[in-house]
Amino acid sequence: MKDIYTLFRHSMAGLRVLVAMTLLLGLAYPLAITGIAQVAFPWRADGSLITAAGTHTTDAHDAVGSAIVGQVGDSDALFRNRPSAAGNGYDMLGTAGSNLGPNSSDLVASIERRRAEIAAREGVDPADVPPDAVTASASGIDPDISPAYAAIQVPRVARATGLAEADVRRLVEEHTSERTWGVLGEPRVNVLELNIAVRELAGS
Amino acid sequence: MSDLAPALGQIAVLVAALAVAVPLLGRHLAHVYTSPRHLAVERTAYRLLRVDPDADQHWKTYTMSVLGFSLVSLLLLYLLGRVQEHLPLSLGYAALPADGAWNTAVSFVTNTNWQWYAGESTVGHLFQMSGLTVQNFVSAAVGMAVAAAFARGLARQLAGGRVGNFWSDLVRGVLRVLLPISVVSAVVLVAGGAIQNLMGTRTVETLAGGTQQVTGGPVASQEVIKQLGTNGGGFYNVNAAHPFENPTPLTDVLLIFLMLVIPFAMAWAFGLIVRDRRQGIAVLSVMALLLGVAVTLLTWAEMAGVGRAPEAAGGAMEGKEVRFGEAASALFAAATTGTSTGAVNSMHDSLTAPGGGVAMFGMMLGEIAPGGVGSGLYGMLMLAIVTVFLCGLMVGRTPEYLGRKIGQREIVLVALYVLATPVLVLVGIAIAITAQDGLAGLQESGPHGLSEALYAVTSAANNNGSAFGGLTSGTPFWNTLLGLLMLLGRFVPMVLVLALAGRFASQRHSPPSAGTLPTHQPLFVALLSGVALVVVGLTYVPVLALGPIAESLS
Repeated sequence: MKDIYTLFRHSMAGLRVLVAMTLLLGLAYPLAITGIAQVAFPWRADGSLITAAGTHTTDAHDAVGSAIVGQVGDSDALFRNRPSAAGNGYDMLGTAGSNLGPNSSDLVASIERRRAEIAAREGVDPADVPPDAVTASASGIDPDISPAYAAIQVPRVARATGLAEADVRRLVEEHTSERTWGVLGEPRVNVLELNIAVRELAGS
Repeated sequence: MSDLAPALGQIAVLVAALAVAVPLLGRHLAHVYTSPRHLAVERTAYRLLRVDPDADQHWKTYTMSVLGFSLVSLLLLYLLGRVQEHLPLSLGYAALPADGAWNTAVSFVTNTNWQWYAGESTVGHLFQMSGLTVQNFVSAAVGMAVAAAFARGLARQLAGGRVGNFWSDLVRGVLRVLLPISVVSAVVLVAGGAIQNLMGTRTVETLAGGTQQVTGGPVASQEVIKQLGTNGGGFYNVNAAHPFENPTPLTDVLLIFLMLVIPFAMAWAFGLIVRDRRQGIAVLSVMALLLGVAVTLLTWAEMAGVGRAPEAAGGAMEGKEVRFGEAASALFAAATTGTSTGAVNSMHDSLTAPGGGVAMFGMMLGEIAPGGVGSGLYGMLMLAIVTVFLCGLMVGRTPEYLGRKIGQREIVLVALYVLATPVLVLVGIAIAITAQDGLAGLQESGPHGLSEALYAVTSAANNNGSAFGGLTSGTPFWNTLLGLLMLLGRFVPMVLVLALAGRFASQRHSPPSAGTLPTHQPLFVALLSGVALVVVGLTYVPVLALGPIAESLS
């Protein structure tokens, strides 16, 4: 009985501390960070939105997407993103990986099907289709593809847009990021920014 | 896709950053948890809140404060979840169901951050900020407080079981450690591309002519403390794989740094608190050694791409982001399960079988490599006591650690501590795989199905929070079971730690004799590492053999 009373007394002190912590950490802190972020980095803080011309915006009406989020682009004139397990594909309200295990038969079947489809679509040898092209990302909204996956898409995009392959290849190079400081992360191509550049060059 | 040289290079960057930060932060932490002086703002707060920050609490009183504070935290968070629909900024989301609110309340109060729900489609901004972010801070500060109390218990003698003041430990941990680092890191994270706004979902028309819903939220402010406090609960379903949480390889290494820095610095601080820096370095060495092994094995497994699916794809990229690749995903996975964080930047269910096994083993070690912000240190010290006890048995002398005798009472408390979590894990997995409702949640059959369930109960009982996401855990059965495991897995060990701290604080210091095992030398580091592996190995090998090991060999 005495223990329960002691616990109650400590809980009441705890409640007072918790209320103060909630005001400080649950309101003041996130709102202050929001304020700083909105003043110092408004474009980043609002989701790195870009327009069809490739310029930065914070207004969703002007935007074609976020520069750091992938999107569905099923047209021959566009570079494709990776397979996605987020909703019906690149759904930001349903971000997800497939969570299929490393020996899952379903996953192996999906990989083989994707490999055949991509090889046919791009007109390349199935062995040349890189791993990221046939696997679903962690987030389901991966903004990037590997330089290898971009490379095999160049001839198709050039054909569909009427651009020279060399020009498209140059755009891919311009939109390839190398590892930070030579060691962090992986070389990658930002698909949305690349597609915007391709459309601009093609004049559509 | 990853190459070996950059894979090693990123580890070198991380090690260099930690080598600079850990001694500095360690010295700061030692000061924070031993200085008698309060800041002016703290004094004002204590007066307004009517708590006494100077009472040197007996361990039982300290425990009551810990439990009382956690109890009201649990109730408030449960309540916030249940009334979510009436809160501002709720984005129109409904109240959480009773079992879901229970699970989430326990999860965040115990520093686990297991998530049965997907953040972007279940909870509003105010619940994230005022419910979850707050617990991210204070549950971490509670863990650090208990570790500090234990260190002080070992540093004092004839103190009548008094171990310090919980309220001052709690407030100082937040104001002097967690909050300043979070503010700076959050701004850096936004500069790197993470979002920080109070907007709801906006619709954009995509390049291909479709539409996409772009989510908003105060993400960066929650992201940094979830890493720094080894909490791990993501703003979004896919956690730090989401580009709005973790947009670049640089932010990725910052997030890994944040989850490792306090656990390692606590070990450094421990050495300073017991006035023998070498003791802290010895503990830190064991943490670093075990983490190093885990990083090596996980990186090898993912880069080698073991398994049918990785072989079919030409690389283990299922469930990984291109910007991170295999190497940075493996590094993150080792760090998140070696600490008690549980954040992910890749989907662990899709890790290779040996990679997933290493991640699970990291949690089964009790998260001591380097562990949670506080639980890592006290977990490691418990194993250190087991080690001196075993060595004492071999030479037939009363074992001692830092001049404290390990008698019958002490070793009983330690034994209970070492057994508590494995009992929870093994009873938990037995319940889960014998109940229809438990099996119903599994996505896969066979060894990988068992691994999904085993990963979940291990994660919950060890307060990690990462998951093999194939498990559908948002059911009353799983929410209730995992909630119980998280609650017991947090507070049973914590009470045992405080009880032991009290006993040590009552003892007289016994000077080392010729028969005392030195606990700061490489021999002890090797012994302690061995004990950690043997204790875990003996406990978990049977169940690991049925899950990840069977899968690796098949």
